[in-house]
Amino acid sequence: MIIHLLLIAIGGFLGAIARFKVSQLLKEPLLGKIPLGTLTVNLIGSFLLGLIIGSSGDKDIYYLFGTGFMGAFTTFSTLNLEAVKLIQSKERLPAILYIVITYTFGIFFAFIGYFVGK
Amino acid sequence: MKVGILLIYLYIGIGGVIGSLLRFFISYMSEHVWKAESFPIGTLITNILGAYLLGFVTNYFGSNDKISRRLQLAIGTGAIGSFTTLSTLSTDTVLLLERGVYFYAFLYVFLSVFGGLFAVYFGLRRVEVK
Repeated sequence: MIIHLLLIAIGGFLGAIARFKVSQLLKEPLLGKIPLGTLTVNLIGSFLLGLIIGSSGDKDIYYLFGTGFMGAFTTFSTLNLEAVKLIQSKERLPAILYIVITYTFGIFFAFIGYFVGK
Repeated sequence: MKVGILLIYLYIGIGGVIGSLLRFFISYMSEHVWKAESFPIGTLITNILGAYLLGFVTNYFGSNDKISRRLQLAIGTGAIGSFTTLSTLSTDTVLLLERGVYFYAFLYVFLSVFGGLFAVYFGLRRVEVK
């Protein structure tokens, strides 16, 4: 149990920093007001978590890379904060597109990853 | 400058550790204590709670300049950002679809979409009202 918590902690530490780094790098180019940083980490993370779940039966790998890294690398709270801020600044269409693209492609990429992994 | 950015990484990383362990704790509780095997209630609770908290602290930080940027990043980007997750939401949905429980998959996505948006909205509002 303790080793699992340690693996999740290490993954979470690195995942959070990686997300910050990617969102810093992609801060400027907004795809028609859509925040690309969060979108990028969420779509890449969904694909990779699908891949991990599809391919690995190993619990330790799952705790480190899945629960830890991918869990922290991707984020739901920032997605919603960004979407609500778009709505509040009367950017309704980008907000709706942002939500629709995130969920549709997030689930689609997770699906691809999952079956590639299998 | 170099030390400054390393310290920011360290703060965000520590926030990430706390957020990830809390998320694991809630999903562990939902699987083993509340026995919610058929529906991913743990991730749903974490995500909606985290969305509310991010709205709340965003407003709080905006009206309180005593909290350093480093600590703001540790709490918002690090802890709350890592507490919530989109990858698990996506893979949970794939697993529900694979099991053929389409209504659960639809309900899960529906509750996440609207629950997340309303949670942030109410989190942002709370400080304004005071």
